[in-house]
Amino acid sequence: MAIDKETIKHVAHLARIDLQPNELDKLSANLQDILGFIDKLSSLDVEKVSPTSHILPISNVLREDEPRTSLTPEKALENAPSKKGSFFSVPKVIE
Amino acid sequence: MIYETVIGLEVHLQLNTKTKAFCGCSTDFGKPPNSNVCPVCLGFPGSLPVYNRQALNSAIKLALAFNCRIQEHTKFDRKNYFYPDLPKNYQISQYDLPLSRNGYLDIFTNGSPKRIGITRIHLEEDAGKLIHEDAVSLVDFNRTGIPLMEIVSEPDLSHPQEAFDYLTNLKNIIEYLDISDCDMEKGSLRCDANISLRPAGVKELGVKTELKNMNSFKGVKDALTFEVERQTKILEAKETMVQETRLWDVEQGITVTMRTKEGAKDYRYFPDPDLTVFVIGKELIEPVKATLPELPYDKMQRLMKTYALTEYDAKILVASKKDAEFAEVCMQEYPGKDKKEIANWLIGPLMAEANLRKEQLHTLKLDRKELINLIGFVQRQEISHLSAKTVLTQMLDTGKSAQALIKEGNLEQISNTDALAQVIETVINENAKSVGDFKAGKVNALMYLVGQVMKKSSGKANPKVVGDLIKQRLS
Ligand SMILES: [Zn+2]
Repeated sequence: MAIDKETIKHVAHLARIDLQPNELDKLSANLQDILGFIDKLSSLDVEKVSPTSHILPISNVLREDEPRTSLTPEKALENAPSKKGSFFSVPKVIE
Repeated sequence: MIYETVIGLEVHLQLNTKTKAFCGCSTDFGKPPNSNVCPVCLGFPGSLPVYNRQALNSAIKLALAFNCRIQEHTKFDRKNYFYPDLPKNYQISQYDLPLSRNGYLDIFTNGSPKRIGITRIHLEEDAGKLIHEDAVSLVDFNRTGIPLMEIVSEPDLSHPQEAFDYLTNLKNIIEYLDISDCDMEKGSLRCDANISLRPAGVKELGVKTELKNMNSFKGVKDALTFEVERQTKILEAKETMVQETRLWDVEQGITVTMRTKEGAKDYRYFPDPDLTVFVIGKELIEPVKATLPELPYDKMQRLMKTYALTEYDAKILVASKKDAEFAEVCMQEYPGKDKKEIANWLIGPLMAEANLRKEQLHTLKLDRKELINLIGFVQRQEISHLSAKTVLTQMLDTGKSAQALIKEGNLEQISNTDALAQVIETVINENAKSVGDFKAGKVNALMYLVGQVMKKSSGKANPKVVGDLIKQRLS
């Protein structure tokens, strides 16, 4: 799979990363290598292997519906870069 | 050209569990901002989500009630996007292995049953709440992580009213299951709609619009109705329909296009490694199945059969599970053979009283035995139907017995022939003209005479007996 500059830009935007023009070439090459490495996996015969979505052989881990103590608003907001009253405050967003 | 409307609905339902989907924070509504939060629902690094057993049970219940096939293997996926109401920068949802698929819902619409397909029902979590101020947006994460179910219908709905009926039926079932508050105003039930038009008879679907921002069932119906008109105009003018998301503006009664940033949504779903897979076998399904209540459709059919009710009456009663249960006990306790006699009181005067008092049948302060006693007085013609309605109101106001109120109000109906004979005699003497008219064959004259007797007896005379007596006297 060829990774061109446009793809890198798109992925960078999805991850909200600002890339400099010189980084685009470098990252295109890096990502190309990584994907090439992963591509090797497709040479394996997995015909008889069922798909895995979790690495541990455990399933159905559940919790009872019992309330636990939450954080106080003060504690929850302790590391917030910006707050107003007991709200987190962010640059205005309107979609 | 005649166009056919194609509608599909997506309903998001908050489950009424005590705690959130993946952490032990309370789901209580209306708490101070950011007081029901913890490292898990705030998405702090290193915290681990664990799913709520009760939420899974509710979800299985819902899937069974909607006749879905529950998948043996199911898992959670991450839906990735950035928005300030989403602290983890992904929503835990389900992508390719949803809890259940291929169900259906039988609804009543336009006086007949119709089967609406359910594409899938899956599990996810709610996002936080944003309050927009002039310069900033404020975020409250109390709602973040509350368990949600998404119910996606097939595009089987062909009229805005049908969409409304689907939602009403869906809400009715969910109330029976007792798994959600179903309160659109509180946001515990939300609905988005997809709508497209196509020339009648054409199989291929037209270009669709996604509608959002409706906050009532009526809003959904109104938005769809507006959209049918808007799309019809575009198609008739041979213009091109654009696939887009539109927002319902309830104030203006129109849909407006939602400005979106360029580029298609790219959520990059992948399995959430923090959560294990689920194997939903008999041991999980059977106990839930055993707790499934009788659902509205079945209850309606049974009430019609057992108590000889009409479809109309049964439908009114099953609109609320607890009212239906109350009504059924009343009908069982009612000694008369014709259960319709008490059903009429329940659906008529009692339902009216309940509405007036902003209550439901089962919440009214009314002793069932007293209601039955009251109906007994009417059946034995001891009080008139009209008086009985007054007594019913007084019973609800004062909590006194029917008997006591009838006595207090001196309402016993006079059916005693001797007691009435004298009044009738007076009326006949005073209304020579009407008597003449009656003898000349005018039916209205009899009604007038009966009315005069009723008046003289302060409404307590039994009108049927009076009519018979006058006829006898004048024949
Ligand atoms: Zn939490």
